Amino acid sequence: MEAFGLLLHGFAVLLTWKTLVLMMLGLVLGIFVGVLPGLGGPNGVAILLPLTFTMDPTSAIVMLSCIYWGALFGGAITSILFNIPGEAWSVATTFDGYPMAQQGRAAEALTAAFTSSFIGSLVAVLLITFLAPMISSFALKFGPPEFFAVYLLTFCSFVGLGREAKHKTVISMSLGLLLAGVGMDTVSGQLRMTFGSSELLRGINFLVAVIGLFGISEILLTMEERLALRGHAASISLRVVLGVWKDLPKYWVTLLRSSFIGCWLGITPGGAIAASFMGYNLAKRFSKDPESFGKGRIEGVFAPETAAHASGTAALLPMLALGIPGSGTAAILLGGLMVWGLNPGPLLFVEHKDFVWGLIASMYLGNVVGLVLVLTTVPIFASILRVPFAAVAPMIVVSCAIGAYAIQNAMFDIWLMLGFGVVGYVFKKIGIPLAPFTLALVLGNRAEDAFRLSMIGSGGTLKVFWSNGLVGSITTLAIVLLFWPLIDRVFTGLRRGLEAAHN
Amino acid sequence: MSQTDLEIVVDDPTAPEDDSPSVVASGTIEIVVCLLLLALAATLGYDNWRTGASWDSTGPEPGYFPFYLSVILASGSLYGLITALVARRASSDSFVTRAQARRVMAVFVPTLLFCLVTQFLGLYVASFLLIAGFMRVIGKIALWKSLLTAFLFTAIMFVTFDIAFDVIMPKGPLEAAFGH
Repeated sequence: MEAFGLLLHGFAVLLTWKTLVLMMLGLVLGIFVGVLPGLGGPNGVAILLPLTFTMDPTSAIVMLSCIYWGALFGGAITSILFNIPGEAWSVATTFDGYPMAQQGRAAEALTAAFTSSFIGSLVAVLLITFLAPMISSFALKFGPPEFFAVYLLTFCSFVGLGREAKHKTVISMSLGLLLAGVGMDTVSGQLRMTFGSSELLRGINFLVAVIGLFGISEILLTMEERLALRGHAASISLRVVLGVWKDLPKYWVTLLRSSFIGCWLGITPGGAIAASFMGYNLAKRFSKDPESFGKGRIEGVFAPETAAHASGTAALLPMLALGIPGSGTAAILLGGLMVWGLNPGPLLFVEHKDFVWGLIASMYLGNVVGLVLVLTTVPIFASILRVPFAAVAPMIVVSCAIGAYAIQNAMFDIWLMLGFGVVGYVFKKIGIPLAPFTLALVLGNRAEDAFRLSMIGSGGTLKVFWSNGLVGSITTLAIVLLFWPLIDRVFTGLRRGLEAAHN
Repeated sequence: MSQTDLEIVVDDPTAPEDDSPSVVASGTIEIVVCLLLLALAATLGYDNWRTGASWDSTGPEPGYFPFYLSVILASGSLYGLITALVARRASSDSFVTRAQARRVMAVFVPTLLFCLVTQFLGLYVASFLLIAGFMRVIGKIALWKSLLTAFLFTAIMFVTFDIAFDVIMPKGPLEAAFGH
């Protein structure tokens, strides 16, 4: 019940005109970047981050998280009306959403998508409200070894559970961790990997890298594709909305299942894409009529959207409670927190109560406002796609450059951004995942500090990572996850062997 | 009530053709990237080893953690290099076709020029030139529209960042002439 009181306090922090205006602004900007081709959640947040530098942290994070919600809502618009998934996790939404639009049921599909996004996020926010304070108060007992073990667990689960080629994840992650170490060493004050350059002294800024990796590279990638599009314009009438909502209770199993999948996969890193597909496939498997999926069935919109948004929101749980982001966008938000001098992690709940509960309250409020906003303004946003890309692309480039420069007022950062843009483009094309890189870059220094502090504390023996039950089990779990594909193969082999012996 | 029969159609006259010949295979790029990463790992690894990658009385030296990371990066890239070399004959996936490369360059080159101009003439002048030029040359949009859009966007950015939010951007002689 303590959480409830604090949450109410959070709403009180939020309910000022200024915050509400910022919230609307964030949502509109978010939907805008979500609808535009070549931009999406992480890119949008990264590019618009500099806008918030001069605000106080609470307003800033409220606006940023609203940009994120907006982008998530916006992605559904293009998937359904134009069959263009704005993000990988909207792919599953196109399966049934686009056929529905073709049958003239676009308004219904959009309402279904927005409503289920809302439900998914709501379930995840509820989870955050009650679980995050518990986890963080538990994590307050953590010392450096425990923290390093948790970081290790995050990195290992990326390698072990990711769908990309393992060595590519390892490359991406070690590169991120290495680049995080460039500049002044925080413990000894010595310079590392700067090669005498005074520009590198500051280190490689995480946000500059992200703007390049996601913003610039995405423009390059978008240009490669045919940008012509045909789609359906739609406006949503109140009658359609109420019609869809009236049928909602019929689909409660699907909604609940997808929310659960989403929350679960969202807490483990990189889950939104997997969650949306899993939500869709399970809905199809458990359906009495699986044949009708893919031909414009409303459940086929409910299932992936709920899961994707539950997971996108749940990804903020480990970020708030432990300082470990569960997704690329969460990593960028984390980078933002650091810009404002807030140290993400369990202490946040103790030292910056106003901020944390303001943020959590903004998740509730942002989703409600977002749902209303998006339902009423779909026609306007769908017509944004009429703006030629040749006008949008240079504006995005300029916004990226402004963003990169504003972080440290350095021209060098604009060049760095361009460099990362090229790196991001090449990496994406040859299948080196960017999410582990982003995560490693933002966590690198903290992971290293935790490692060195535990080593100093223990006198240099690795046994410290098995020194008590808690840290021991986390470390062991991390190693198990790292070698999970191998272990899985051995087990499957053994089972086959046993079956063969039985026969 | 719903107007679902209305269609939004956007054409893309300069879209890359589907049958355009490949410029370079994905496998080749993968090999090049792995070699570059290997070189980077070696350079960083050497630098960290020089800084000190062992233990002293206070614990690990500053180069310890990054040194071992460079070792991991090197082994990852080496593995990638070998698999790419082995798979090279089997796969012929295209990294980029000629038509795609042309379009990517059509964005990349102006962006590069934009960065250069920003360095010397300030961000706002560069931004105006980039938007107007890109819309006119690449997008084949009417000149007055291009100039107007570029001017409006740049002006909005200037007001938002330099005046309203006090985020100061790099400026050149033009802004100096107006006293900023």
